[in-house]
Amino acid sequence: MADKMPLVPRFKYEIASEPGGENIKLCFGCGICTASCPIREVDSRYNPRKIIRMVLLGMKDRVLRSDFIWLCSSCYACSERCPQGVRFTEVMNAIKNLAVREGYVHPAYLLQVGLIKKAGRLYEIDEFDNNKRTAAGLPAVGKTRMCTAMISALTGLDDLLSKGTDSGP
Amino acid sequence: MKYSLFPGCTVLGRGRNYEMAARQVARVMGIEFVDLDGFECCGFPVKSIHHDTFVLMAARNILVAEKEGHDICTLCSACAGSLTEINKYLLENFDEKAKIVAALRKQGLDFRVGRSIAVKHFTRILYEACGTREICRMVKKRLAGLKVAVHYGCHYLKPADIYDNAEDPEDPHSLDELVLLTGAESIDYMARTKCCGAGVLAINEELAHSMARSKLLELSQDTVDALVVICPFCSIMFDDNQKKIEQRFNEQYNLPVLYYPQLLGVALGIDEKALGLRMNRVSTKRLLEKIHDI
Repeated sequence: MADKMPLVPRFKYEIASEPGGENIKLCFGCGICTASCPIREVDSRYNPRKIIRMVLLGMKDRVLRSDFIWLCSSCYACSERCPQGVRFTEVMNAIKNLAVREGYVHPAYLLQVGLIKKAGRLYEIDEFDNNKRTAAGLPAVGKTRMCTAMISALTGLDDLLSKGTDSGP
Repeated sequence: MKYSLFPGCTVLGRGRNYEMAARQVARVMGIEFVDLDGFECCGFPVKSIHHDTFVLMAARNILVAEKEGHDICTLCSACAGSLTEINKYLLENFDEKAKIVAALRKQGLDFRVGRSIAVKHFTRILYEACGTREICRMVKKRLAGLKVAVHYGCHYLKPADIYDNAEDPEDPHSLDELVLLTGAESIDYMARTKCCGAGVLAINEELAHSMARSKLLELSQDTVDALVVICPFCSIMFDDNQKKIEQRFNEQYNLPVLYYPQLLGVALGIDEKALGLRMNRVSTKRLLEKIHDI
């Protein structure tokens, strides 16, 4: 089934031109990323070395449409140990940025962006919270000026997410 | 020492005990926090889906702090990572900073290009700016006999280059040293530098729980009195989720999880209630009784 998806040889260049993806072609396949990965340790679906090989081989659809690209915990263990300076955590960000532009975004992110845009923060601090803060001796927190909502409109994130996204395969 | 406090979303939403303890400790240590109302989310949650939005969100927060003039103190390690990374980027790419300032000015936000500040995690400020000698001098109650395990988490240390390689992420020591100042012992353990799993909690709860479990399991087999964290995400995993993880794997950990400022606060002689110690999810009752007996 997977073999029917066409290979896209330029995929590695697309990733390399994204912020954070620049060093992907330096990988010589030693696998220290996979050996260091705490996600890989508990879930075999996520395998950094395999993801790099898939990108280098041009398996664009299989990577961008996958569930596994959303499993990186951004712990940077792979990045710190990579002898080639691939910066795989940032490569994963490049892959996910591209996936979003191709219409694939994990629903958890849609939820988070919605919350941040609404309150300027992931959690809205209302009167109830402020009463608790006052009781705890903490200063009250005011409403934000909603600059994040302005920013996501400005950068085109809003348009991108409203274009109709898919949560994966 | 004056800092603009960047509490971050998660501390405001779910880490009141951390904020209480941090403010109490800061007061005793002579650190003044300035509360700014211009701060919003640091940008971390969107980094992996939209780079430009991430840069602009982080940059705007930095520009808010530049306007005020004080360095930023973050309580959350993810905020420290995002803001440090973009602050470095703005310092090293003046043209990009000018473009960002121009774009935000167009939206009516009055920022200037000609200022700069530094971004520091509260733990780093305690370790470097206050200094171990000064903290040692202020300790009123040495917590001798208390055994804790420290959890550095990821973004306090990594990627190491954004922090100018201040500390080796494979063998960090600042938090251990800070614990030793309280008189408590910081034990060595296998999963010391491991990620808590919070990064995937919203994506796959079972996976996140499996990651946190490996640490909880190792520490419950050992005999530590508490796990010490410095990031609200790590606390959500080990404290808020501990019961759920116990149920999922049918295990018992009973491991109290303290924020470092809570531990230091006790050693500084600050009232336990003011440190939010009764707000931690896993009961701190037995731990506090042990401390009272010291």
